[in-house]
Amino acid sequence: MSLLKVKNLKKSFDEEEVLKDISLEVEKGEVLCIIGPSGSGKSTLLRCITDLEQEDGGVIDFDGTFGLVFQDFNLFPHHSVMKNITNAPIKVQKRDKTEVFQSARALLKKMGLEDKEDAYPHELSGGQQQRVSIARALAMNPDILFFDEPTSALDPELTSEILVVIRDLAAENMTMVIVTHEMTFARNVADKIIFMDDGHIVEEGTPDEVFSSDNSRMREFLGKFYD
Amino acid sequence: MIDGSMIGMLLGGLITSIEIFLLTLLFSLPLGLLVAFGRMSGFAPLKWLMKVYISIMRGTPLMLQLIVVFFGPYYIFGASLSSDYRFIAVIIAFSINYAAYFAEIYRGGIEAIPKGQYEAAQVLGYGKVQTFFIIILPQVFRIIIPSVTNEVITLVKDTSLSFVLAIPEMFTIAKQIAAADASIVALLVAGVFYYVFNVVVAFVMARLERRYNYYSN
Repeated sequence: MSLLKVKNLKKSFDEEEVLKDISLEVEKGEVLCIIGPSGSGKSTLLRCITDLEQEDGGVIDFDGTFGLVFQDFNLFPHHSVMKNITNAPIKVQKRDKTEVFQSARALLKKMGLEDKEDAYPHELSGGQQQRVSIARALAMNPDILFFDEPTSALDPELTSEILVVIRDLAAENMTMVIVTHEMTFARNVADKIIFMDDGHIVEEGTPDEVFSSDNSRMREFLGKFYD
Repeated sequence: MIDGSMIGMLLGGLITSIEIFLLTLLFSLPLGLLVAFGRMSGFAPLKWLMKVYISIMRGTPLMLQLIVVFFGPYYIFGASLSSDYRFIAVIIAFSINYAAYFAEIYRGGIEAIPKGQYEAAQVLGYGKVQTFFIIILPQVFRIIIPSVTNEVITLVKDTSLSFVLAIPEMFTIAKQIAAADASIVALLVAGVFYYVFNVVVAFVMARLERRYNYYSN
């Protein structure tokens, strides 16, 4: 059963068409990685699905809760780690405080940040901040978790910290859509990969299918990573 | 030269000065926020109106504004004004003048908050009002405290402009004593009081600034 269905999605900024007729489906428990060169429309696609941009045409069929992890974290600098995670579940979802704090502590433990609940974002490394932002998204109990280039602002060491966390979530059957430039990671973690170029989906399939594709644009793109 | 009765009269005036100061802040700080909203509004007539308002408030002498607010109702509407209105006019004039300055300070602070903060709030389901009061405004406060401190210190000194409406605040009284004594001593003593007042204000604002310094961006 598909949880998210996107049909014929179109989006332009001024005269520039960024998404040209995009359709895709995400099944429950599936990990979808979206790869492709910069400017291919990957992030815009994610931003349309998460309502940060208004699409010009097409249908986005999804009625559940979602979380979004940003490239540059966007933690609230004036809130402690704990408040960053618990405030929306309490204030927006109106959930019970004790329950929210309990689940927040469990999430922090899972992220290896159990000693950081009173810290402020500026006191944490980039990798720690990104883990807090993943915990913040998970605290809302989302049906789908979206990642918009979650490691692009991090150095290689911190990147692997985040990739491990995402891999663990995949092992727990969390439904995820991940825009990423980490090819090896995408290949390992994804159930399905979409390769986008110039606002189109050029290739779509299992990692093995996509990475062994004959498509010239796909080969050219992958060549840059494997040469 | 300096005697108890002079000090007593000046202190009495100082209380009125403090009243003007506190009431002006009480009204102008929230009013400034509303003006800032109007100034940043997508509704062009409102935005334009606020721009003109801010421009006039900043571009003309506060002393003139005091006079206009006090005498305006009489000349424009022929309204007869009670003696209480003298003090009310001072509070109105100061409040609308300082609101214009505060509006621009708020605007600068609000525009300094990165777009990502709004996006993160939206994704977490915060409504527009919640986003503003929970996420944006606390960060704006931290940014604007130094600029607000400047305005507040200026306001302490500006209260002396109410002498044009013969409000019995400290400067008005100091001038009266100086005229009667044919000596500027009372004015100098008033100067010392203004200075002490501002030292206290600066101390309070510095503490406020420290309280907001628990995080950095």
